Amino acid sequence: MSNWKKVVGLTMAAAVMASMIAPVSVFADEAFKIGGIGPLTGGAAAYGIAVQNGAQIAVDEINANGGINGYQIEFQMEDDEHDAEKSVNAYNTLKDWGMQILDGTVTSAPCIAVKAETMNDNMFYITPSGSAVDCIDGADNGFRLCFSDPAQGAKSAEYIGENGLATKIAIIYDSSDPYSSGIKDSFVSVAGDYSLEVVSEEAFTADSKTDFSVQLQKAKDAEAELVFLPIYYTEASLILQQASDMDFAPTFFGCDGLDGILGVENFDTSLAEGVMLLTPFAADADDDLTKSFVAAYQDAYGEIPIQFAADSYDVIYAMKAAIEQANVTPDMDPSDICEALKGAMTEITVEGLTGTITWDENGEPDKEPKAVVIEGGAYKAM
Amino acid sequence: MMYDILQGCIMSFIIYLTNGISLGSVYAIIALGYTMVYGIAKMLNFAHGDVIMIGAYIALMAMTKGGVPGIPAVLLAMAGCTVLGILIEKIAYKPLRKAGSPLAVLITAIGVSYLLQNIALLVFGPDPKTFVSVISVPNLQMAGGKLTISGNTIITIVISIIIMLSLNWFVQKTKPGHAMLAVSEDKDAAQLMGVNVNGTISMTFAIGSALAAVAGVLLCTAYPSLTPYTGSMPGIKAFVAAVFGGIGSIPGAMIGGILLGIIQILATAYISSQVADAIVFGVLIVILLVRPAGLFGKNIQEKV
Amino acid sequence: MNAAELIKKRKSRDLRSSLITYGIVVVFYIVVQTMVNTGHISSLMKGLLVPICVYVIAAVSLNLVVGISGELSLGHAGFMCLGAYASTFFTNVVGDGLPELPRFILAILIGACVAGFFGILIGIPVLRLKGDYLAIVTLAFGEIIKNLMNVIYAGVDDGGLHFATTDSGLKLGEGGKKIIKGALGISGTPKNSTFTIGIVLILITLFIVLNLINSRSGRAIMSTRDNRIAAESIGIPVTRFKLMAFSISAALAGVAGVLYAHNLATLTVKKFDYNTSILILVFVVLGGIGNIRGSMIAAVILTALPEMLRGLSNYRMLIYAIVLIVLMLFNWAPAARAFRSRILEKLPFGRRNAEKEES
Repeated sequence: MSNWKKVVGLTMAAAVMASMIAPVSVFADEAFKIGGIGPLTGGAAAYGIAVQNGAQIAVDEINANGGINGYQIEFQMEDDEHDAEKSVNAYNTLKDWGMQILDGTVTSAPCIAVKAETMNDNMFYITPSGSAVDCIDGADNGFRLCFSDPAQGAKSAEYIGENGLATKIAIIYDSSDPYSSGIKDSFVSVAGDYSLEVVSEEAFTADSKTDFSVQLQKAKDAEAELVFLPIYYTEASLILQQASDMDFAPTFFGCDGLDGILGVENFDTSLAEGVMLLTPFAADADDDLTKSFVAAYQDAYGEIPIQFAADSYDVIYAMKAAIEQANVTPDMDPSDICEALKGAMTEITVEGLTGTITWDENGEPDKEPKAVVIEGGAYKAM
Repeated sequence: MMYDILQGCIMSFIIYLTNGISLGSVYAIIALGYTMVYGIAKMLNFAHGDVIMIGAYIALMAMTKGGVPGIPAVLLAMAGCTVLGILIEKIAYKPLRKAGSPLAVLITAIGVSYLLQNIALLVFGPDPKTFVSVISVPNLQMAGGKLTISGNTIITIVISIIIMLSLNWFVQKTKPGHAMLAVSEDKDAAQLMGVNVNGTISMTFAIGSALAAVAGVLLCTAYPSLTPYTGSMPGIKAFVAAVFGGIGSIPGAMIGGILLGIIQILATAYISSQVADAIVFGVLIVILLVRPAGLFGKNIQEKV
Repeated sequence: MNAAELIKKRKSRDLRSSLITYGIVVVFYIVVQTMVNTGHISSLMKGLLVPICVYVIAAVSLNLVVGISGELSLGHAGFMCLGAYASTFFTNVVGDGLPELPRFILAILIGACVAGFFGILIGIPVLRLKGDYLAIVTLAFGEIIKNLMNVIYAGVDDGGLHFATTDSGLKLGEGGKKIIKGALGISGTPKNSTFTIGIVLILITLFIVLNLINSRSGRAIMSTRDNRIAAESIGIPVTRFKLMAFSISAALAGVAGVLYAHNLATLTVKKFDYNTSILILVFVVLGGIGNIRGSMIAAVILTALPEMLRGLSNYRMLIYAIVLIVLMLFNWAPAARAFRSRILEKLPFGRRNAEKEES
């Protein structure tokens, strides 16, 4: 190794070592420190940034209205690139910052990794959108705001069956994504109970998610009346486009991942005409809460919020309600706060953007999914 | 009865085949850019996929925000990408040309790829944007309406063929083209014969990047969803296609791309949609084991 | 000097160099461990210690293929994936049936063996290819492994192990436990990896790799890298030696995978895509191809760097990309090298060093 490299190497190594020294972190007396973890860069960045923005709006509102029991909130979001390992790093960074409560983690696999760390530290967390069962399973310090994957799959099958939307169902799902395959698995397992017949079940992966012609052709050949799309709106917008190109017009039915499809810039919303989705949040609902949230969001970020933003907004308000219920103060350490909030969570009711929510002792939310249908370029309740 | 079933099978096979060609033609056009740069600079330009993404964003922004009509917007994107390509080459690749290992420049290319993705993320945001059609060509109906070939597919294939033929003509018949061939054969000998090696390499990057802009527009016209990461996976697939056809070979990239598209669609349709990726890569491995230099690659015997 | 003396001199030089490498690792361990024990370390860095060990092992093992054997592999993460999945599957099946340490040691061995076995299996056909073609085939193997692992469902019940490609196809008996859940992978793996075990594994990896490099086989491998035809002509079985290096490297990557997987409560294949393979390659090239110590330092720096840049929030990955490009140019560009020696000459103590670098 040449000397220069030695010099550079040693300098960098010294910098690494220097940064290892523990920061002096004291828990601030005057403000609650809420941390957030999610992908702010990488392919899943849209979800993490929505969570960050949604939380920020809630925090600003609460702070402007005098805080929680008179205490202000500080919110800091750390990037995990949708990677479990980076997520733990983000969690540790937030701990060094003095985090007392966690709004996260946004995506499932990272959430499961962080769960193990929070259990060690007894850190209270609510995941806005980590929908895999394992995200909170077995952790009494963890709560969830969105529906779990099996719940979404089962509720979708129930809704389709009970409203007699169709009997021959085709599914197009992402086999490399836990969210998508989780919903699909539970949908398939309960479909029979509602006399639904799954006539085609075709996958795509993160590596080949541009061309869906085969999956659609198979659904068409199997004479499916309804195509179930437990996927995100980015791919769904392509599927709708390609289905229209091949003159295939079944009913498309999706879950909360589909919310946001109308907000895609330049998207021809006539393609989404008649698409149904089971989502707790619709950006153009006309209740005052949604209206003011959407207005504030558009003001601050120039975009229409997707469901992740709404989830995160509700998470902050759930935390506020629980803190008020348990009467905790910012000078307590995270573990004590956690103990107090755990109990309070099952006692509170939150009137949020995603419905009226209560929690059971397993940390699962109880709220009603709203079925909406897209008509004339807007969501309409069914 | 038997006849009907048979006819149905053949019909769906033809539909899959055209879909495969459609997907493959997009890979082909990206692979052309890869293979050109590889042929001359002997480097895998991992940032090519991201130049494609930037090209698509320029075209989209010109059309939606700037109100520029379709074709001029594409020309603007080509100009933008050409400048970008030359800049990348001058700043990030050229200093490493004599570094002693081709891997050094490969890693820098990866750095450039991260850089472009993150710039796009900061400038355009993470949310997907739907691409607007540049020109619209009506769908082609055949066999009494049972078979539809989309207008996009036709455009993509026609443009890929035009590009392939003109590249071939350029390389075989023109003086700068000959200089490119000479540089790709032997840099030092070309220099001795009075060829401006640096200029030739810059020119190759310029052409490759202009092609990337066209590829970006075609990719996003066929699959109209644009994010900062849109270019990375098709980039890798096109790289595979280029190797498939014999990297450095212009017709090879074209054929490799189309074959890759067909294999991917047929594997999804007839074997399993869950493991289609594995099958595509498996076929690639088998082909490379049988023909170690790809379908059209020259297998040069190494001598002492 | 006669031949015997030369050999002796070289051996002592090799030995000294190896000892320095081990020494750096041990000193690093002692310093960090002291900081941990006295509480002078941030949570972030404490959490980074095991990942750093993972990437150091991965980088050193890839250097065996890229640097010593001279082949470009883009599928290293695939072997990590195999090691990770095989070992966590084992750990979860055994559960509390074995005490923690023996179970983890067995898991490491299983991970190494599975990855090494696939290294041989893949290496036999693939090593006939050269250069970029070898690179693309290894990339393809990595992607195949990733794609297949995504659709595997596996579980255990009283009747033994069950495997399927769909969730509903996995018919477990009463009290059965699902372990591999398709795209959701494996969750709930106990956190057995520690910094101390990581350092021990680094030392073992170094021991294997350095001994191989300095052995007769190692010199044969390097001779095939420098001139394959010449090596063949003097009767060196080129393919056999390349296969040896490739499979040892795969097994060590498997060990890195085991360490990685037992550090997190969740394991999904998404982690092991070509991006990770490329990241490890970046460590190797930035640290100096064939330079074991360099790749270790590069792995440490590039693992810690994105975390140190967290203060820059949105600009973090942008700056990371720029730093990567600049470091590459600084380290590799001939112009930068010349500039460095010019600067060194001007420094009073630097002249001797500059001369050394020139030579």
